[in-house]
Amino acid sequence: MTDSSATAAACGCQCDGASSETELAAGLDSIIGEYRDKPGGLIPALQTAQALFGYLPEEVIRKIADGFGKPVSEVAGVVTFYSFFTLHPRGKFVVRVCLGTACYVRGGKEVLDAFKKKLEIDVGETTPDRMFSLEVGRCFGACGMAPVVMVNDDVYQRVKPALVGELVNKILSGTAAAEVKEMA
Amino acid sequence: MAYKQYILVCGGTACESNRGIELFAALKKAVEENGLVNDVQVVRTGCLGFCEKGPIVKILPQDTFYVEVKPEDAEEIVKEHLVKGRVVSRLLYDKNQSKRNVGIEGIDFYQKQFRIVLRNCGVIDPDKIDEYIARDGYKALEKALFEMKPRDVIDEVSKSGLRGRGGAGFPTGKKWEFAAVQPAGQKYMVCNADEGDPGAYMDRSTLEGDPHSVLEAMAIAGYSIGADTGFIYIRAEYPLAIQRLENAIKQAHEYGLLGKNILGSGFSFNIEIRLGAGAFVCGEETALLASIEGKRGMPSPRPPFPAVKGLWGCPTVINNVETLANIPVILLKGNLWFSKIGTATSKGTKVFALTGKINNSGLIEVPMGTTLREIIFDIGGGIRGGKAFKAAQTGGPSGGMIPPQFLDTPIDYENLSKIGSIMGSGGLIVMDEDDCIPDVTKFYLDFTVDESCGKCAPCRIGGRKLLNYLANICNGEGKLEDIDKMLAISEAMSRASLCGLGQTASNPVQSSLRYFMDEYREHIVDKKCRAGKCKNLLSYSINTEKCVGCTACARVCPVNAIAGERKQPHVIDSAKCIKCGQCFDVCKFNAVNRS
Repeated sequence: MTDSSATAAACGCQCDGASSETELAAGLDSIIGEYRDKPGGLIPALQTAQALFGYLPEEVIRKIADGFGKPVSEVAGVVTFYSFFTLHPRGKFVVRVCLGTACYVRGGKEVLDAFKKKLEIDVGETTPDRMFSLEVGRCFGACGMAPVVMVNDDVYQRVKPALVGELVNKILSGTAAAEVKEMA
Repeated sequence: MAYKQYILVCGGTACESNRGIELFAALKKAVEENGLVNDVQVVRTGCLGFCEKGPIVKILPQDTFYVEVKPEDAEEIVKEHLVKGRVVSRLLYDKNQSKRNVGIEGIDFYQKQFRIVLRNCGVIDPDKIDEYIARDGYKALEKALFEMKPRDVIDEVSKSGLRGRGGAGFPTGKKWEFAAVQPAGQKYMVCNADEGDPGAYMDRSTLEGDPHSVLEAMAIAGYSIGADTGFIYIRAEYPLAIQRLENAIKQAHEYGLLGKNILGSGFSFNIEIRLGAGAFVCGEETALLASIEGKRGMPSPRPPFPAVKGLWGCPTVINNVETLANIPVILLKGNLWFSKIGTATSKGTKVFALTGKINNSGLIEVPMGTTLREIIFDIGGGIRGGKAFKAAQTGGPSGGMIPPQFLDTPIDYENLSKIGSIMGSGGLIVMDEDDCIPDVTKFYLDFTVDESCGKCAPCRIGGRKLLNYLANICNGEGKLEDIDKMLAISEAMSRASLCGLGQTASNPVQSSLRYFMDEYREHIVDKKCRAGKCKNLLSYSINTEKCVGCTACARVCPVNAIAGERKQPHVIDSAKCIKCGQCFDVCKFNAVNRS
């Protein structure tokens, strides 16, 4: 695990380092305080912490383990068990291509291949400019509109492989929403 | 205040992602601009089911059913329909529907459906508890608390014949009874909303469209088994359902329908939401409980069953969303009414998410005993593009593939298991002649291998071995003796795996080998894939007589393997070709051959 730093300054984005670092630390303390004594509170605490940091760096895992009085191995075991948790920073846009059965039989795999080619990354990776991460989804429950792709919280339906390049460009320029959803 | 007319806008995920949110806003605006705010109410409801044709808009009291409505249509709907009373016929499902027949009665998709679980979906605003109450909501809870002993409630549920809708179909009343007879003390009621089967979204739609029905049922279950705390374990991938549940719980507390001393009865019940973190195995009850406890979601051997020793060692009942949504209706209408619906062993209805190569994909609810043919051809409108039906898959990665010869089998728990599949949670995926059975089977194994928690060897090793054999077969490297090995491994997995995931993971393999052996043989012996899915077994060429030289294929080819002058026949260089099939898809003259 080489994600050596949880600090904002090292994250390479435009957030302003120092002040938010203290804020983040305070945020983590309050998360630990809130869930420490709750039965089964570890997973909600990790979920909230990931929402705060964007991912779960080693320092955060250690701190949560400390706070909960559990060995780091146990907390790390939970983190690595669930696909929701990530040890690496993700891109600004997380592209999740659904490979549920309905999407699979309606061409989800071809859509995934088109994203891999366009973004030049594999599943689980992030582009060097930290704009896009590529992931695979197991079913978003929008099977009627297969194949679907989720970009952050937006669902794009009936996506065609040939139009993936265009979709990526539109997401980047912030004009994706309305038009591209009309792909059908 | 009563309104004269209502515009119901589907707020299910499929419709919302298809500009449904914009549409809702546009309709509200148009109603305001036309001065109708006091006469017309715009309501965002749960899923209306007909996802294929979304976004759906329904106008009451006329019951007019509009499909594929765009935000730009809002103005016309309000001006024409609401103001002038003229139906906008271009937005009807069947543009030629007669003026008197504009509702769902004119749409095949809704015939043969019977709604118990989805009774309120698409009818009420899920964010308003008053609308649920107006449709007899929380009446069953009141009846249970004041007119029935816990024992009576369990009897009623047992006699109704209700069985668990999440998987194996265990009798719900029996499950409650196991927990009820445990010594008094801390007990828990858990709702399993970790709907992980790919291709299934009935629980999501129920929670999004009618969250209170599940809360009410959980309180009733809590009362009958003696639990004061409930947990809803729901996937984090369902943000809208989570939001509606949170809101519903808050409202129920405000109305005294959850919390301390419900309706003055002395019974207290609280519900907490726990979010899943992306592990399919957590749909298995012991794994789900481990996850709520904050651990890795790994299953443990049963017995002891959760009803005896569950969450934090206390007796715990776990029911899935659809099972629970039946409970209030059973209590209000009685076990006799409920047990008349369905077949001898499977009572009530089943919700299916009908998807894949089908004309009308969407969410449907039919009485148990309906045949696949009725579902696929009558409700679903048949196969897309008039292609041939090959198989239907129920039960997700734990289910089997059902070939055409069983289209007329009435669907219930027993019949499905006889033909090698399971009811599962209710995903129903239709496949046509273009789907390759070994390839789809490989897809399911890929899924279960990925999601196997790794605790027991039969599932961890067996799944991986099956996947390797399937990958070889699809790559044209399979051997006939692999099939016997696959059968032996499948058998071992179903007998020796620790939990339901491993025990059923080989069902797709077993059922496809049983019904589609010829397709496996073709892959292994003839090195052919008749569906054209297995790339290594394909070759592409251009028919020079049909090719008009439009250059479409050459432009789309990602590796420049196609050469040719404009208006001259093109040629594919098979050494360069990566068999992606884009030329085949793009050619308008059927000049690309795939064999």
